Amino acid sequence: MTQVERHAYDVVVVGAGGAGLRAAIEARERGMRTAVICKSLFGKAHTVMAEGGIAASMGNVNSHDSWQVHFRDTMRGGKFLNQWRMAELHAKEAPDRVWELETWGALFDRTEDGRISQRNFGGHEYPRLAHVGDRTGLELIRTLQQKIVSLQQEDFAETGDYEAKLKVFQECTVTRVLKDDERSETGAPPDRRSGGKVAGVFGYVRESGRLFVIDAPAVVLATGGIGKSFKVTSNSWEYTGDGHALALLAGAPLINMEFIQFHPTGMVWPPSVKGILVTESVRGDGGVLRNSDGERFMFGYVPDVFKEKYAQSEEEADGWYTDPDNHRRPPELLPRDEVARAINSEVKAGRGTPHGGVFLDVSTRLPAEEIRRRLPSMHHQFKELADVDITAEAMEVGPTCHYMMGGVDVEPDTAAARGVPGLFAAGEVAGGMHGSNRLGGNSLSDLLVFGRRAGLSAAEYASGLGGTRPAAPEEQIDAAAAEALRPFAAGDSADEGPAENPYTLHQELQQVMNDLVGIIRRGPEMEQALERLAVLRERAQRVGVEGHRQFNPGWHLAVDLRNMLLVSECVARAALERTESRGGHTRDDHPGMDRGWRKVNLVCELTDQAQGADARKEALIGLRQRPTDPIRADLLALFDREELLKYLTDEELDR
Amino acid sequence: MTHTAHFKVWRGDTDGGDLRDYEVEVNDGEVVLDIIHRLQATQAADLAVRWNCKAGKCGSCSAEVNGRPRLMCMTRMSVFEPDETVTVTPLRAFPVIRDLVTDVSFNYDKARQVPAFVPPKGVPAGEYRMQQVDVERSQEFRKCIECFLCQDTCHVVRDHEENKAAFAGPRFLMRIAELDMHPLDAAADQGLVRAASAQEDHGLGYCNITKCCTEVCPEHIQITDNALIPLKERAIDRKYDPLVWLGSRIRRRKE
Ligand code: SF4
Ligand code: SF4
Ligand code: FES
Repeated sequence: MTQVERHAYDVVVVGAGGAGLRAAIEARERGMRTAVICKSLFGKAHTVMAEGGIAASMGNVNSHDSWQVHFRDTMRGGKFLNQWRMAELHAKEAPDRVWELETWGALFDRTEDGRISQRNFGGHEYPRLAHVGDRTGLELIRTLQQKIVSLQQEDFAETGDYEAKLKVFQECTVTRVLKDDERSETGAPPDRRSGGKVAGVFGYVRESGRLFVIDAPAVVLATGGIGKSFKVTSNSWEYTGDGHALALLAGAPLINMEFIQFHPTGMVWPPSVKGILVTESVRGDGGVLRNSDGERFMFGYVPDVFKEKYAQSEEEADGWYTDPDNHRRPPELLPRDEVARAINSEVKAGRGTPHGGVFLDVSTRLPAEEIRRRLPSMHHQFKELADVDITAEAMEVGPTCHYMMGGVDVEPDTAAARGVPGLFAAGEVAGGMHGSNRLGGNSLSDLLVFGRRAGLSAAEYASGLGGTRPAAPEEQIDAAAAEALRPFAAGDSADEGPAENPYTLHQELQQVMNDLVGIIRRGPEMEQALERLAVLRERAQRVGVEGHRQFNPGWHLAVDLRNMLLVSECVARAALERTESRGGHTRDDHPGMDRGWRKVNLVCELTDQAQGADARKEALIGLRQRPTDPIRADLLALFDREELLKYLTDEELDR
Repeated sequence: MTHTAHFKVWRGDTDGGDLRDYEVEVNDGEVVLDIIHRLQATQAADLAVRWNCKAGKCGSCSAEVNGRPRLMCMTRMSVFEPDETVTVTPLRAFPVIRDLVTDVSFNYDKARQVPAFVPPKGVPAGEYRMQQVDVERSQEFRKCIECFLCQDTCHVVRDHEENKAAFAGPRFLMRIAELDMHPLDAAADQGLVRAASAQEDHGLGYCNITKCCTEVCPEHIQITDNALIPLKERAIDRKYDPLVWLGSRIRRRKE
């Protein structure tokens, strides 16, 4: 039996970004003893990087806005592959979630009449994003963090202990979701088909290397995305697909894993900052994209489905910023997938900048003072990191891996993972909401809406269990401990071959995903990627680390590699299977969008081989096609039949 | 352009440690954090360091570079001469855990001691009305990324462990100022005079406005001029206004 630290809570939230903190607040307010576990320090989650804003149809700037319009925009952005019920809940509840932040102390930028100001963003028909300059994510995280502190202050006043009901375990990694399991008596490995319930989590403290178990009947995954599997990404080191992998390993399916958003504007120079995000607000506030010939090339890239909505000439586009009711939007504000592909094509055609991007210019569009006021952190970022003054010269930008649309297959209303009682998921780790492509600003609102719902459902589920709580069998804990510590023993036995360096493996993985399953995909390349991933997975079995368990980054990476490899396989398999182009999935060999494919979700699950300890060359991930849920009639009625015909098949429409 | 730089990095743990020498490759446009990462990948796989965003937005990668508190991800290598030795040490005001990672729990404890925002009674969510000019003062302080460089550099605690209990530090005194200037904070209705409490409960009096905190702030927040000095002025006003002073005492006693 392994010696581990042991705690017990009602609800455990894995991840302390926007979704995780919102879930924890909800669970604690419903009376649950709640633990939050995060890999970084409290308040450092990747959500701080979000810049543009929170999309919510409050109608403060344009009173024509409503949840219906927001819903419509979201479905269009996702090319109708969105789980429609999630998109509906999201559009309806986002305003309340934003207003609630104000009651917790958030200070958004204001309109003339003192309301929350809202800005324009790609794909949103009206100005819709509540924002604070270009540091909205920081405001969101800080507000939620401070709300948690205020709840802890209440608990302190009552019990004398700040952490009596809500505790943040910072700098800890969760490596397994534990389940009760009938078959474990026999010593067989935990089996996803036995339908066990969630019993807690297993993890380690990064600082000390100590192992721990938290017994808890309800676990909310809120771990964010997977960007660190790609070489050029806007994501932080935490984004190693942990929640995606934890769910898979616990027996929960993932959907839509082929859809990855490449944000059109990441920094391209200097190399060390390549991929860092340049906010879409630059374009929302008037910034334009130009190629090396000085041409505003986006006018040539408006796809048919959006032709009526976007300006045809520079004059018309420029008029929109001041008079949106009588002008169509500039094409720079097309959904992100369109803009990213356009930039990619320009660079390929030899019209790129010296460092392989295109120009994003706001300096000729707004007075310097205005740029500094509206885009302070962009101004700062370019000045400090690239020696570029964005009030005087253009930025160089190119696509960067930004957001995973796919994730845990959840029940829309409860955020419960299908197939695993007690498991919930919210935010980027959950799939469905954004379909094949997410609109800017819909991420922060997603975190709040579904973070709250996940916390609520987890609380209801945990209290509904009463006194009978699932318990994880000891063998599962032993196996989890052995798995976590294996990198320290690598290379010890002669027949295994030499130990592998985790940093080297990680770099190779990033290169494979970037080159072979990146923004533009081809069948043979993805087949090659799958072969290379199988070899990497085999080598990863031998990953070894030096030193000891105290704050050892090599070990941490070795553990995270398992997750990145699993998730990368999902991406590659699903992307190979989907023979069409849609949103964040572009096939060179299947360039068209196919209405038939709209009816299909690709579901990734762990195969049986993957359960065995010696899973090597075999596929770990199995794929099946599942029909999407038919969209409710009153929601379909929000669109013209003509528009729907671009996405839905005739049979779907005639039903 | 590539050159080889000479780095000294503090390696050790709670039992002590020392500066180790490294020769390491540096490329155009890189920052100190890139070099630390290169050391991890090539020479010192277990070198402990905190970081997250690599864009100056999360405040994780704080350390002292050539003795000055800085974000490693925002310190470009081009600010050093190619033949200059670059010395990287952990934040001095906090206990070391390992290598460049320190125990910053002092700051989280202080954060908890500052009473939270008090929402105005009778104003439902969605009905908050504030003017841009009125929120801007507090917004400046909310740019804080909690890198704790100001906390590290402030001489009140930098080499004076004994002051830590009584002194919240610039970041959290600024948090009090932020709430004090929040147009809708209703703490006063509950008998909490924030400025006075900064003085009495959070050690504002220790600050002698040397502005060292402002100098190291990577967000260029005017901590001293815009938060601490106004807070001091208000604390004094409150103290010597007998009615306010009396009011706050009486309400407090009732608790
Ligand atoms: S101004 Fe005050 S808080 Fe800032 S460093 Fe000086 S003494 Fe410390
Ligand atoms: S005030 Fe500035 S220096 Fe202090 S913690 Fe905040 S960002 Fe860092
Ligand atoms: S890594 Fe986030 S501030 Fe340096």
